[in-house]
Amino acid sequence: MNTAVLPRWVVALAVVGGLFVVLPLVAMALRVDWPRFVPLVTSDSAQAALLLSLRTSLTATALCVLVGVPMALVLARTSFRGQRLVRSLVLLPLVLPPVVGGIALLYTFGRRGLLGSSLDALGVDIAFSTTAVVMSQAFVALPFLVLSLEGALRSVGTRYEAVGATLGAGRWTVLRRITLPLVLPALVSGAVLSFARALGEFGATLTFAGSLQGTTRTLPLEVYLQRETDPDAAVALSLVLVVVAVAVVGVAHRVRPLGSGTPAPPRVQNRAR
Amino acid sequence: MANRRSSRHRPGTPARAPARALALAVVLATTACGTSTPDDAGGDTIDGSITVFAAASLKDSFTELAGAFEQAYPGTEVSLNFAGSSDLVTQITEGAPADVLASADAATMGKAGDAGLLAGEPVDFASNTLQLAVPADNPAGITSLADAAGPGVKTVVCAVQVPCGAAAARVEQAAGVDLMPVSEESSVTDVLGKVTSGEADAGLVYVTDVRAAGDAVRGIEVPEAAAAVTTYPVAALADSADPATAQAFVDFASGPSARAVLGAAGFGAP
Amino acid sequence: MGLTFAASLADRGFDVSFELAAGETLAVLGPNGAGKSTLLNLVAGLLAPTAGRAHLDGAVLFDAGAGRRVLTEPRHRGVALLAQEALLFPHLTALENVAFGPRSRGDHRAAARTSALRWLERVGAEDLARRRPAQLSGGQAQRVAIARALAADPALLLLDEPLAALDVAVAPAVRALLRDVLAGRSAIIVTHDPLDAFLLADRVLILDGGRIVESGATAEVLTRPVTAFGARLAGLNLLPGRATAAGFTADNGLVAPSAEVFPTGRRLALTVRPGSVSVSRTTTAPAGVSGLEVEIDDVEHRGDVVRVHGAGLAADVTPATVVALGIAPGTRLFVGFRREDASIYPL
Repeated sequence: MNTAVLPRWVVALAVVGGLFVVLPLVAMALRVDWPRFVPLVTSDSAQAALLLSLRTSLTATALCVLVGVPMALVLARTSFRGQRLVRSLVLLPLVLPPVVGGIALLYTFGRRGLLGSSLDALGVDIAFSTTAVVMSQAFVALPFLVLSLEGALRSVGTRYEAVGATLGAGRWTVLRRITLPLVLPALVSGAVLSFARALGEFGATLTFAGSLQGTTRTLPLEVYLQRETDPDAAVALSLVLVVVAVAVVGVAHRVRPLGSGTPAPPRVQNRAR
Repeated sequence: MANRRSSRHRPGTPARAPARALALAVVLATTACGTSTPDDAGGDTIDGSITVFAAASLKDSFTELAGAFEQAYPGTEVSLNFAGSSDLVTQITEGAPADVLASADAATMGKAGDAGLLAGEPVDFASNTLQLAVPADNPAGITSLADAAGPGVKTVVCAVQVPCGAAAARVEQAAGVDLMPVSEESSVTDVLGKVTSGEADAGLVYVTDVRAAGDAVRGIEVPEAAAAVTTYPVAALADSADPATAQAFVDFASGPSARAVLGAAGFGAP
Repeated sequence: MGLTFAASLADRGFDVSFELAAGETLAVLGPNGAGKSTLLNLVAGLLAPTAGRAHLDGAVLFDAGAGRRVLTEPRHRGVALLAQEALLFPHLTALENVAFGPRSRGDHRAAARTSALRWLERVGAEDLARRRPAQLSGGQAQRVAIARALAADPALLLLDEPLAALDVAVAPAVRALLRDVLAGRSAIIVTHDPLDAFLLADRVLILDGGRIVESGATAEVLTRPVTAFGARLAGLNLLPGRATAAGFTADNGLVAPSAEVFPTGRRLALTVRPGSVSVSRTTTAPAGVSGLEVEIDDVEHRGDVVRVHGAGLAADVTPATVVALGIAPGTRLFVGFRREDASIYPL
């Protein structure tokens, strides 16, 4: 490692920071009861929780893509009064404690919430259902997708879209054949981050959805509950979550941010040849 | 010690509810003219600072008791840390500085004893009973445990892994009722929260929780709850820096003067 | 038929109107910020005018004014834009890029590919069909971009400095290609380079400050410029003045006889090539020479000559002359030219 360019204390602080993040994970891995690891993470309740988590997180991610892509497009490609405010509000779940999100969802979609009675009249009952889990997860995960996609859309700019329009392409064609392919890498990494966030969601789910095996008890809730009686199981399941998170972050980083790349200036290429 | 919440009670803090004020008055009176005076406790003087780890359901009662204790034993200071009982034991095991442990069930106290954390035998000082909590307007019209098991009724209980869930399971068994809960929460406060917000039609919680929730919920007696009365033990801890004061607090909490405060909160005799 | 264009854009101080005959190529020149790109964007539909109206082959491009506001969407204008950068869609191959226009027009995949291949051949880039833009050189990319613009079969082609980003070694070949494909095609080319105007355009429009300051056939503007910018493009000295009893008197005091007789007071222009202007230490003009004594304000080296500026006149002299006469900024010299080397015409 070449550290000559930096003052030593900067490097030292960086190492301290790195250890601060990595050491707890190592400490947890050391506590794992390895002989019992496989039985612990394959117990009925653990499997139910893992499957539920995967199912709900994927659904929540799909939901985020469905509404997040249009949101990012509107934020990046239009201008309207109060746009800055709207952007701040959309990103709010990013900094809000999830339990606050859960309470907000409760007062919106709960039985006595803002929309609760209307939903009730329609025969939709969200309370204590898997739908509530998906909504909690989508609520906290949505900003990740919107944020990364909006940034990519802005850095790609509108020049390719303008060229497409002058070539006779309609708005939908421009969106489908130019805009979205250009920001596809950002869309993928945004979706992966949303998935990771959804997978780790705890506070909003606990507050809004409840906890029932196979229906609403996702992996983080299972970890929280197992901690009461079987800390070994909690540690083993935590490790599973860590591994999934590491894999997800790895995938997100592997995706090269092509979307922000305009072709290198032609001159430079010429000289290189 | 992630969720340590300490609150130091200062003497003279106005009591919130009239019932509490009355209870406090009783405590002070009984302490003042009680048979045991602070100084009989033994060689060590009782004037130190102690930290009491108490189950979350004891929050209001113990905040009041701590104040009374500080007045009864001038010079003492009591810091309080409330959390779920098993969290408390985990924290103490991991070295949290604590002098007294008051847990919400015997099993958790047993774990602390097995781990060699206790200085002496735990003393049962209170008991708690389950009750059905329903929203104030009782939308599902529940009058009994059987009603709570009815079709379409959203009933919430504690997960069997936590003490209130274990108690709920015993009550169900005694009543021959399968509640089919829509959610099994990991703490009794979460169960109560689902009922106060109106998400759930009913929840099995402790009498003390119903009492503390005030007008937001209504309590419905469950006769079968007698099958699962939870006792609350309190014990001084082996690692206490001030064993005399710690033991004095244990005696105080299990003594007759504390009964009035605990009784006002809905706790039964041990 | 062709293009009729009149538009103003209040916040940019832009107000331009012109016509373009079908099959004609118009070069738009002017200093930076003159409004050249604004003009292209208005025609392409990437910018909306405050007021004005434009038709292309009888179809409305825009018609905006008090109470009316018709803006045809870019895709329905039949106008293709070729920019300085090729702006090939990076996620598509060269062939897919060229096929984009035909596909958007509704051609089937196979038909679009066929016409795309034909256009790639037309620009000499058929062997690049499968490459991605990142694998193309600047010149290759611009060829593909030209094919892409033409494949959309535009009624009007807009070119925004199409050669500016290219290597000097590559530009001539692409310029030749443009000359070839623009023949007989309605096109507007914005450029900084008068060479593009000479070689590619039938007519020239010079913009400054959002207005047309000069326009006309390329040959006309380049031989008889009426603005300083036009004269600089044409490489000429331009002396504005008026008709007097002596013939022509420039605003800087220079007097020259005029073969043609103009009514006294008429605004006139005199142009002369810097190469025909000489400098000397004399104080009186030799016979047949017009000139005046000026203070030199700039001396610049240009290849094998030195250009000397003074009182709005430029003279190209040899380095030896510079040394012999001791020319430096501040020197007073006689600057003049033979009368037959200058032309005088009304402004």
